[in-house]
Amino acid sequence: MPSSSRHKQAIRSTKAPLDSSQEGWIAGKDLLTIKALDARDIELIIDTATAFHEVAGRAMKKVPVLRGKTIANLFIEPSTRTRTSFELAAKRLSADVVNLSGGSSSIMKGESLVDTGRALECMGVDLVVIRHSAAGAAHTLARTLKAGVVNAGDGAHEHPTQALLDLFTIRACGKNVAGLRVVMIGDITRSRVARSNIHLLTKLNANVCVVGPPTMIPPHIEKLGVSVSYDLESALKGAELVMILRVQHEREQRSLFPNVQEYARFYGVTRERLALASPDVLVLHPGPMNRGIEIATEVADGLSSVILDQVANGIAVRMAVLYLLVATRETTKGVGVTR
Amino acid sequence: MKKSVSVGTSEAVVMGRSAMCEALDRIADAIVENHKDDAMMALVGIRTGGIHLARRLVSTMQERFAREVPIGTLDINLYRDDLVGRARQPVLRTTDIPFDVTDRNIVLVDDVLFTGRTIRAAMDGVMDLGRPARIQLAILVDRGHRELPIAADFVGRELVTTEKQMVKVRLQEEGHLTDAVIITS
Repeated sequence: MPSSSRHKQAIRSTKAPLDSSQEGWIAGKDLLTIKALDARDIELIIDTATAFHEVAGRAMKKVPVLRGKTIANLFIEPSTRTRTSFELAAKRLSADVVNLSGGSSSIMKGESLVDTGRALECMGVDLVVIRHSAAGAAHTLARTLKAGVVNAGDGAHEHPTQALLDLFTIRACGKNVAGLRVVMIGDITRSRVARSNIHLLTKLNANVCVVGPPTMIPPHIEKLGVSVSYDLESALKGAELVMILRVQHEREQRSLFPNVQEYARFYGVTRERLALASPDVLVLHPGPMNRGIEIATEVADGLSSVILDQVANGIAVRMAVLYLLVATRETTKGVGVTR
Repeated sequence: MKKSVSVGTSEAVVMGRSAMCEALDRIADAIVENHKDDAMMALVGIRTGGIHLARRLVSTMQERFAREVPIGTLDINLYRDDLVGRARQPVLRTTDIPFDVTDRNIVLVDDVLFTGRTIRAAMDGVMDLGRPARIQLAILVDRGHRELPIAADFVGRELVTTEKQMVKVRLQEEGHLTDAVIITS
């Protein structure tokens, strides 16, 4: 994980002083981490997303605010849901969208990430949404490009829009985050969703407890302002928010626990275990779910589950982020360097 | 006419509280007169100044004519033509129009009519929500200097201004001590 001073550099912004006018602001041209946001940025994004939530509920869902702007989805690591969500968000703002995936792009032919980014910029792309398996990939791109960059997940580092849509969902359910008793279950070490959410929820003064097998809890995680438990049932008592992380088979987690059945036996959220939590508990999961492993089907489809709301709210939150980063910027001219 | 002078600018109150009340009453009268037996009439206030004025018009129509008129609020920022190059993003607020605009006779309400660009944006915003039968415009102050072919149907007061002057409507609902229309030059 990069040090905090490098984070600040990567944001590359001069924050304007707060004034009393109605105008909003957001730091710089990029959204790379939750860690670099302050409470005002977070509130601005959530308020803006509330306005877009109304737009998403209309029969005619498209607004003209990003007409003439171009957004590239550069998904070097595969993803269907996040890419679709960003694509729909951009299209509903009337931006043009190009999708590039790892398998089909020049990256496969050995082109560097920075060269890919520069080429996109010369084709008139105003903002790149990037997902990459390497932590810091979005920062590298943001440092090089004049175009904006949104981090849609970089390795085990951060996934800021996921945390923001989780917050939006919590607020939409009428919950106040300050003092909220949150239990986060799963592979805390390798989860970018966990890291972004820990930063976001602790900034807003939630009581966060991370739960998982010792192999999945990083040492010194308490320094981020969370408590640690290895016992799911005791941690769930009185919980108001249960955030379940996905068991990531594809990321070689097999060495972290003996087998999937054993993980489910100790850390799977079942109806019986959820009954220990507060009666109005909310269950969140970033998807895609492994039913019967980290989450039982009765929990996934139960009354406490807001997992489908998360998916729906994701579009409004991403519309807000794209609007805030792109709407007021001069459109990138699709020309190369003139000699 | 009260005048207060601060550094480099001067403020003049061109309408006080009672003049504003009279102007709004006249607008309410004219709208009701224009929409006799019209069950499809609805007011839409443009954020932020237009919302409070629309609410006042609706309550006047209810008190004086026992007319119950539906009311909505519209945020036009997504339809602006001047976003690019601004230092900061305008803060979006939720558009809240709790009725289907299709086949409605919509009266847009705003505080000041100047270039007409806000009204163009508002018309686009309303038409994205459906197909109204008619859109009209009620305005407290028309200060001239149009940049688009737009005219108001109901006007509280016409003001002669220079292009550089600023016209502000201050309302108690926004935390001001009293209602006033101010010209700053």
